[in-house]
Amino acid sequence: MAKREYQTVESGPHTYWDMLHPTIQKNYGQWKYHDRPRPGVLHHVSHTGDEVWTVKAGTHRQVTVDIARRLCDIADTYCDGFLRWTVRNNVEMTTDKEANVEPLIKALEAAGHPVGGTGNSITSMAHTQGWLHCDIPATDASGVVKSIMDLVYDEFKREEMPNRVKLSTSCCEINCGGQADIAIVVQHTRPPRINHDILASTCEMPSTVARCPVAAIRPTKVNGKPSLMVVEEKCICCGACFGACPAMEINHPEYSKLAIWIGGKNANTRSRPTNMKLVAHGLPNNTARWPEVAEKVLTIIKAYKEGGRDWERVGEWAERIGWKKFFEVTGLPFDKYMIDNYRHARNSFNQSAHIRF
Amino acid sequence: MAENKLNPTPNLDTLEEGPWPSFISGFKELYNRTGNTMVRGVLDQLNYSYETRMGYWKGGVVGVHGYGAGIISRYSMVPELFPEAKEFHTMRIQPPPGLHYSTKALREVLDIWEKHGSGIISMHGQTGNLQLQGVVQANVQELFDDLNKLGWDLGGAGATVRTGASCVGPARCEMACYDTLKMHEKVLKYFADLTHRPQLPYKAKFKFSGCGNDCANAIQRSDYAVIGTWKDEIQVDEAEVAKFIETRGVAYLTNNVITRCPTNAIVMNEDGKSITINNSDCVRCMHCLNVMTKALSPGKERGIALLVGGKGHLKVGNMLGSVMVPFMKMEDEDDIEAFIDMIDSMIDYWAENALDHERVGETIERVGMQQFLDAVGLEANPDMVIQPRDNPYFKAPYEKVG
Repeated sequence: MAKREYQTVESGPHTYWDMLHPTIQKNYGQWKYHDRPRPGVLHHVSHTGDEVWTVKAGTHRQVTVDIARRLCDIADTYCDGFLRWTVRNNVEMTTDKEANVEPLIKALEAAGHPVGGTGNSITSMAHTQGWLHCDIPATDASGVVKSIMDLVYDEFKREEMPNRVKLSTSCCEINCGGQADIAIVVQHTRPPRINHDILASTCEMPSTVARCPVAAIRPTKVNGKPSLMVVEEKCICCGACFGACPAMEINHPEYSKLAIWIGGKNANTRSRPTNMKLVAHGLPNNTARWPEVAEKVLTIIKAYKEGGRDWERVGEWAERIGWKKFFEVTGLPFDKYMIDNYRHARNSFNQSAHIRF
Repeated sequence: MAENKLNPTPNLDTLEEGPWPSFISGFKELYNRTGNTMVRGVLDQLNYSYETRMGYWKGGVVGVHGYGAGIISRYSMVPELFPEAKEFHTMRIQPPPGLHYSTKALREVLDIWEKHGSGIISMHGQTGNLQLQGVVQANVQELFDDLNKLGWDLGGAGATVRTGASCVGPARCEMACYDTLKMHEKVLKYFADLTHRPQLPYKAKFKFSGCGNDCANAIQRSDYAVIGTWKDEIQVDEAEVAKFIETRGVAYLTNNVITRCPTNAIVMNEDGKSITINNSDCVRCMHCLNVMTKALSPGKERGIALLVGGKGHLKVGNMLGSVMVPFMKMEDEDDIEAFIDMIDSMIDYWAENALDHERVGETIERVGMQQFLDAVGLEANPDMVIQPRDNPYFKAPYEKVG
């Protein structure tokens, strides 16, 4: 091997100061308040008297050099060459000139990026890699996102929900998409099929056994060769073993389904942050538009928009009206699988005589 | 030149319809301009996934000189069907804190990326990486060297400290109670070695949010969640409060501010034009500040709270971080160093005591909080719990009998 001449600099995250607009640098840590002149636009006022306007727009997350360069062009024209992304894949363009706001909005929309996602809107869907790039997914993510965001496009551009609505989707039960007001997550409905032909040569067996949260995987011999078995009564179909060992084939075109979860909340506002809860499961993984899933998501959004009070997040709304009412107003069926039977399940039982009629 | 055209992708083409930006259209545009056959192969394989409802990527080992992490290798499981997609590796790059970019710096990345790879990018991954998707092993080192010369470094993957994430921070938010961007940069620079070489039981994530709104989703998605807070009183602009009541009305204030306070810390005064906040009841939830952005601001004695143990579903179910340190000053380099020292001791304990693939929150739950606190030298504090224990079985120190 040729001698390596370049010496790597292990610098960690790129420095940020040069990535900030001069007016942002000047007012760093000096901001006084903000308001929203219209959906998709934030207006920040500094103690120094300076003001900036930020236009937020949706992107497809899976972008290309062409798309990113077009966004750079827009930022060069209206924002002196600076832009940022949000954790939900929106792009934000900040200008210190109010006159730039309208042309900036026009330029972003002309480039195909809807302006919105602020305040009480339905903002961009956080999502995972899916079939495009992940090694363990049971569905695609970008396609689900495109399908759902097409349907809630107007709600992205308006601020007409009771509070902000955050969506996510995840292509396996690890749920990299994260907790959200409404989340679409893969649900495996059968234990893994075991590919004994490749298992011994592909997988480290002790770490695969250790990966199982319910100790359902055991060593065995198949045709005289060492392999693994799954005690199907114990298996909870989580798919954790598949990440450790591709021979534990959990994904299936028919039996990997989708489930819908609601009420995840990251903010500390009013109530503590909460995990999301299961409200629908066993939905088909129907490419390329996932109509059965989309219909249920829209039903939940409609019921929340009608019934939620100002500032109530989806989970807070369901807590106030009660989960029984939630299932009534959405028409979603409640079944026994929605009663937790995992660790700390009792914490979710109604240990009171508080019953609504 | 028919052979240079994209192959039919009937299962994907419906995703070009509708108003939301289409990633499929983006990929097609990229291919039609560059003719990069990897892009065509990836579209073909994705089309096949949509048809068969299965994924076709498998992992392997791809890396750069001296590093053990940061490249996610992807080999097609069906290279005989899609030879153009045989290799489609991702390079994870640590972006600037807060995901702030200059177009100059971003364009440099885009040009280097187009030179060495597919031109497909994820902005950004769920952990916060800038992900360059679609490079072959032969080009990985040159790609990385070109980027590294401009100050870009690889992110984490596998059992490492992962790339950090931070909110917009004091760059453009009045709620930021500490410098999220600076702290992110300093802490992750310190942990660069643990980011680049897997030597931990499992992943360890840091996220930095400037206030309890937690825009970086830190409590949910990070092992070490740093949340801005304050100790003294909410700053009240009396004139703006009066203006708020005048314009929005008493009913709005009552229904959307006063009764929404989780600890009933706000009361309306007799004059009907002002409020009193009982700051010792306030839990810094941020609701009233979010509603009355002009009238209310965080207090002046600012710092951070550290919540430890957040993680996703695998494998005991989702866990949210819990309070480990209710308040630390975070004003200068010394404060950041004190924070790093404390985290070092937590990571040391975890690295030595965790089971394989166990996140720190799971370790704490398994060994018990008492043991963890003793190990890292922290005192118990009532802020750590919602309530004291309600089960009677525990063992406090005792004198041996006889």
